[in-house]
Amino acid sequence: MRTCKVLVPAGVLGAGVDDLEMDYALWLRPDAIGIDGGSTDSGPYYLGEGVSKMTEKAIASDLKKLLRLRQALNIPLLIGSSGTCGTDGMVDWMAAICQRVAKEENSKIRVALIYSEQDRDVLKCYASNGRITPLAPAGAIDAATLDRCDHIVALAGYEPYAEALRQGADVVIGGRTTDTAVLAAVPLMRGLPAGPSWHAAKSSECGSLVAANTSRSSAVMMLIDEKGFEIQPMEKGVYCTPQSVAAHLLYENSNPYELTEPGTILDTRAAHYHQVSETTVRVEGSVCREIPYTLKLEGSGKVGYRTMVFSGISQPDVLMNFDTWLNNLSEFLTNGIEKVLGYTEDDYSIDFRPYGWNALDPHNKPTSDYQPREVGLMTLVTATSQAIATEIIKYCNPYILHFPLKKGGSLPSFAFPYSPADVELGPVYEFQLQHVVHVNDPMELIRIDWMEI
Amino acid sequence: MANLVNIAKNIRSKNAGPFWITVDIFCDDKISMQKIVQLLHRKQKTIAEIYNVDPKTVVIFELADILAVKVSFPRKIPQGGALDRDSHAGQAFVPLLILDLED
Repeated sequence: MRTCKVLVPAGVLGAGVDDLEMDYALWLRPDAIGIDGGSTDSGPYYLGEGVSKMTEKAIASDLKKLLRLRQALNIPLLIGSSGTCGTDGMVDWMAAICQRVAKEENSKIRVALIYSEQDRDVLKCYASNGRITPLAPAGAIDAATLDRCDHIVALAGYEPYAEALRQGADVVIGGRTTDTAVLAAVPLMRGLPAGPSWHAAKSSECGSLVAANTSRSSAVMMLIDEKGFEIQPMEKGVYCTPQSVAAHLLYENSNPYELTEPGTILDTRAAHYHQVSETTVRVEGSVCREIPYTLKLEGSGKVGYRTMVFSGISQPDVLMNFDTWLNNLSEFLTNGIEKVLGYTEDDYSIDFRPYGWNALDPHNKPTSDYQPREVGLMTLVTATSQAIATEIIKYCNPYILHFPLKKGGSLPSFAFPYSPADVELGPVYEFQLQHVVHVNDPMELIRIDWMEI
Repeated sequence: MANLVNIAKNIRSKNAGPFWITVDIFCDDKISMQKIVQLLHRKQKTIAEIYNVDPKTVVIFELADILAVKVSFPRKIPQGGALDRDSHAGQAFVPLLILDLED
């Protein structure tokens, strides 16, 4: 029976690949190593700014271990969603790290670079031809939405990875790609069935988070054959159970039965799970059905700049009348910002988040008998420029420090935890797109380039 | 006491992409799972009000094999935007804990 083993060395590149787990994996002789370098999980900043959440040092440390393992077995290493957001700039950044590490290791490799960042004007043509459609809960696309984005990426499917491997890549460094496509690429290109290949990839994409007793995203091995797949953690003492593997489909997924990938839908309704060894679970019965080929788009655009003050309040008279005090402060500052600085609601917004009161659930006021020992008040100003945001918060600063409970009452001094009290938080980005683009060919909006080391 | 928190084994919430939130409720047995499923369907409108979304967009999944119930709904404020206060929606489940089974 044909089989294919893919090692997933961690949930994300830079998390810390473990030497013992790699030794064990080496002994099991995988056919490929696959790992992703990012997702949208950490918010819109990374894509908006085009930067990585993981540091160069952490990524280089993991890459060194993976390049050694790859060389020892002469197997391909596939990296998806480079630098968290997977922009073209982040593919080049990852390529430069890989080049440096490979030179230090004296390893000669052929590296394919897969670019999936999109040009806004090209997408406008697709949009005007009706080839960009929304996913719930988004509305129809328009040019203004595309214009709001600082970076737009498409989530590539497995096909560019398979193509790069067919052209002789030892290492593939990809831009934004679905987490699963990177892991499913080798089994699929070897002709293994789509259901088990995609389902195995979905189960392994966060590393050992699929296990029953893990405390970090350590390595797992996925083995795909013609009837199903098996999943085995590499960390000593960590095991999967049928329940843990089945439950992983719930994680971060709005629909637990169906997973849409470019050109295919994985349906796990008929999947059945059973324990085949102390640590390993086998899954059979998942199927895929073909759908028109689409690439999901992600876009992030700047909406302003923020500056923050954080203050601590514990004096009981203020906490006993907290809503009144905060409303008075808010009203006073809004008036003052207009009178003194000349800014109106069009120029800025001010947002009070009282931690210990109702910061996480602002529409739900505490009951009248609730009095916390302390409240941490975060005051956030968002404005059209960093300078304006800071100017406004600097005006607010003395009132946030001293605002009295009653007009004419004695001036309190609340607790500023650091100096300076105002902290510039930089640009704020928001995700702008929840759409797919319809393509005739998986490579239509994807480019492959090469680097010999 | 007969609130959701008293009958569920474990409850968690998480962002599911930038525009959705999903709540996973794990149950001890089939009987409590059925009670929870009925509660969620009965309270679909209340749940929609808590998260300020259209009740029709609140989706409830039953996973009998693993004794789990899943509630997914669109996110009123997209993840990590200027007004968002819980990027990973990890605390979004908390208002559901006091849903009353007898109400």
